[in-house]
Amino acid sequence: MQIDAKDLHFSALGRAVRECADREIVIKNCIGQRYIASGLSGKDIAIYGTPGNALGAYLDGCRIAVHGNAQEATGDTMNGGEIDVYGSAGDATGYAMRGGRIFVLGDVGYRCGIHMKAYKENKPAIVIGGRAGSFLGEYQAGGIIVVLGDSEENKPIIGNFCGTGMHGGEIFLRCDRIPTRLPAQVRAEKLPRLADAEAEALVRQWCALFGKDEKKFLNACYYRLTPDSDNPYRQMYTVN
Amino acid sequence: MLLKEGQFRNPSGCAVTGVIDRSGKGMSGEGMIRAISVMRDRSNGLGGGFAGYGIYPHYKDFYAFHLFYDEKTAQSDTETFLKRHFEIVYSSEIQTRKISAVKDEPLIFRYFLAPLPQKLANSHLDEREYVARCVNRINAEIVGAYVFSCGKDMGIFKGVGYPEDIGRFYRLEEYEGYAWTCHGRYPTNTPGWWGGAHPFGLLDFSVVHNGEISSYDANRRYIEMFGYKCTLQTDTEVITYIIDYLVRKMGLTLEEVAHVIAASFWSTIAEKDAESREQETLLRRMFPSLLVTGPFSIILGYTGGLMALGDRLKLRSMVCAEKGDKAYIASEESAIRMIEPDLDRVWTPAGGEPVIFELYKGGRG
Repeated sequence: MQIDAKDLHFSALGRAVRECADREIVIKNCIGQRYIASGLSGKDIAIYGTPGNALGAYLDGCRIAVHGNAQEATGDTMNGGEIDVYGSAGDATGYAMRGGRIFVLGDVGYRCGIHMKAYKENKPAIVIGGRAGSFLGEYQAGGIIVVLGDSEENKPIIGNFCGTGMHGGEIFLRCDRIPTRLPAQVRAEKLPRLADAEAEALVRQWCALFGKDEKKFLNACYYRLTPDSDNPYRQMYTVN
Repeated sequence: MLLKEGQFRNPSGCAVTGVIDRSGKGMSGEGMIRAISVMRDRSNGLGGGFAGYGIYPHYKDFYAFHLFYDEKTAQSDTETFLKRHFEIVYSSEIQTRKISAVKDEPLIFRYFLAPLPQKLANSHLDEREYVARCVNRINAEIVGAYVFSCGKDMGIFKGVGYPEDIGRFYRLEEYEGYAWTCHGRYPTNTPGWWGGAHPFGLLDFSVVHNGEISSYDANRRYIEMFGYKCTLQTDTEVITYIIDYLVRKMGLTLEEVAHVIAASFWSTIAEKDAESREQETLLRRMFPSLLVTGPFSIILGYTGGLMALGDRLKLRSMVCAEKGDKAYIASEESAIRMIEPDLDRVWTPAGGEPVIFELYKGGRG
């Protein structure tokens, strides 16, 4: 089914999506409607335009493709399913994510993956094609974040304060050198090529999704960031 | 009795947006109305407003005062005061349109003013300071009168309601300006006073703001030492005074202002190149009490330009975009897409990174 979202309030659009009997839904002319597919499972949703904040919040097993940019808090607390953004995503992408996957072709804003967590078979993953803003993986407790740094702008792959408060999970950065200072509680391990099976599978999936050359992204130098349990937290931020 | 804005503190959420045509070509206020309507759920109907620049070309050399009056006596008292200090070149009620969603409007008047030369000379003040002090006196001393706009060739239009309704109430489709900003307000509670809506303005500066600053009292105590009176207790008011003080009185550039109010952390400054490190350290040391902390995203409007600035931790969203001569700023990308679906460039500035769009012929900087 196709839904024209022009002039639709988010509550009307949300109802139309939830009550639709078809598995496949195409949303056209999307313009800032919040909470699309929140808590939903069992749908395949393609969105054209600009979906609003908290796209796929609490998502529970749909596949969502965004043909455009996503705004803030995409996949907020999502449990399962997949969100593919054929553009960039805003701040707090994958906020408190508990499962499922988010693939972003372009950049993400600040605080991507803040407070992601994992439990047994629920292990969330985010793959970012471009750059990530500051506070990537802030308070990360589990799951995996991969940043590929494929950007023409020649800006650093991450902003400041990456991994602040990180106490679980992993971050992979495709770069030869980490551009900013990392917190003392984060350990960085240099990998001459992406050897980790799980990260490799995610990068392959990202390449297949967006039609990119696997070799360029697999045969490259990465850094793997993990919490340094030998050096626990005493003070989180610098003074002022 | 209903407490007015300023008699208690009023936290808010909000939506902001702005547009400028850098070639100087005029746009009606209609675009801003359509853009802000996309973000309706960021506001709650308790405040909306607009600032337009270049809207009074026939009176561009005169200060355009916009006033709210609670009653006729406030108006006659104010007009007596204005006649003592200014030549009133033209005055009239601001044309509005009756809308069911906009209620309890005050009397709304506009005056185009030139300071009386003799009065100005006797005051030993520069002209802008003279005007600012007159505005201060009306707002502080005349009960029931409030000057909510006082710049040249610009005007603020605001009230209690959703911004799109306020825009239609003021018939903004009939004005043409090269730049506009807009604000939709989401206070958690409000006395419903028209003067408390945003933008907040002083001379040609106007500020729209989304956020809740935690440094309010530290900033207020400092800025009040220089003759400013924070009568509204709103973040927007104190931010406007800080910018006015740093630019008009201290002569800082807007980039320098950004390094004062949204200064980088010391640890971030330490990693910068020698020149930036030295400059940013100097600015933080000179004006430590003007560091604004807590979440904010603001759009500053001024003669010839707009500046977008977010807090250094980027606790509020902000998107910038360009299409040809036009540049856009909004809390959400969808608001920009509403008025220009096909953009040349879209990006999100980093926290504390000012984005300045000016007329090609230059702004005041």
